[in-house]
Amino acid sequence: MHEMSIAQSLIDIIKEEMTRHDATVLRSVRLNIGQLSAIVPQSLSFCFEVITSGTELEGAKLIMEVIPLEGMCRECKQAFGIEDYAFECPYCGSPDIETTAGQDLSIVDMEVD
Amino acid sequence: MKISVVKNILEANDRIAQENRAIFDESNLLVINLMSSPGAGKTSLLEKTIDALKNDFQIGVIEGDIQSSQDAERIARKEIPVVQINTGGACHLDGNMIRDTFKEFVFDDLDLLVVENVGNLVCPAEFKVGEDFKAMILSVPEGEDKPAKYPLMFHESKVLLINKIDLAPYLDCSVEDMKKEALKVNPHLTIFEVSCKTGEGLDSWYAWLKDAVNNRKSA
Repeated sequence: MHEMSIAQSLIDIIKEEMTRHDATVLRSVRLNIGQLSAIVPQSLSFCFEVITSGTELEGAKLIMEVIPLEGMCRECKQAFGIEDYAFECPYCGSPDIETTAGQDLSIVDMEVD
Repeated sequence: MKISVVKNILEANDRIAQENRAIFDESNLLVINLMSSPGAGKTSLLEKTIDALKNDFQIGVIEGDIQSSQDAERIARKEIPVVQINTGGACHLDGNMIRDTFKEFVFDDLDLLVVENVGNLVCPAEFKVGEDFKAMILSVPEGEDKPAKYPLMFHESKVLLINKIDLAPYLDCSVEDMKKEALKVNPHLTIFEVSCKTGEGLDSWYAWLKDAVNNRKSA
């Protein structure tokens, strides 16, 4: 259950950005949650609500999209979806692949007034 | 109004971890973030490793647990510097907690610092602490399905120690399958099959670790 720490980091970034843009109301935040990250979206949502309740951020919507794992083979240059967490090229079998999506945990944008 | 942000949510921790790393670099110190489920054998592996290498290297340990100082007491019996962090509920160590222990160490006097993370197969993998690499233990009784169920930790680790191989004959679990499953999630894993109870397989781990410390010192 590390979603509480993640929610706290998220709120720190939100507050920083709101100050920078002179915003006072947070309507929604969009997050990309990489498939590889060990985050449970429902738990993150719950922690976000708990931390923001009674604050100026209360009621803001957390919109989360889970980004599937994708890879690119450094040997045969093919791009593919990484299925069942098997980190090898499904075309040539090489383990020398670059993970191109699905690893990160990031804020995309936020809607503020 | 829409604000485009595009920021890693863990950015603040990553930055602290990077600063920690810069401090370790000044002393050419090899730092390992050791992770596993509770009871897989992190502290036992550390005790064995300290016994084997303490004449060659100066070793320090940071012990992370939710509560209690039992692990730090076990390590302190080896007469090496050790600091216990009690997270008081948090399921992982982060960069800040590690930084708070710095005043307890003289890094120039150390060659190897092992951070024993909180026993947990999920959360510690998400937070860097400034380590050179992550090493993890999977013990045979945990079963071969763990890499598929907890892929992040296996994916983030450089080294996997499969511990308690002495128990394999009594369990419906194959060490070969464990290796196969782990390599599927991370084909670059360096794997050691060991038993901290009988000592089997530990010599190869010690030799590998010795090289890693020496390489770090001469870097």
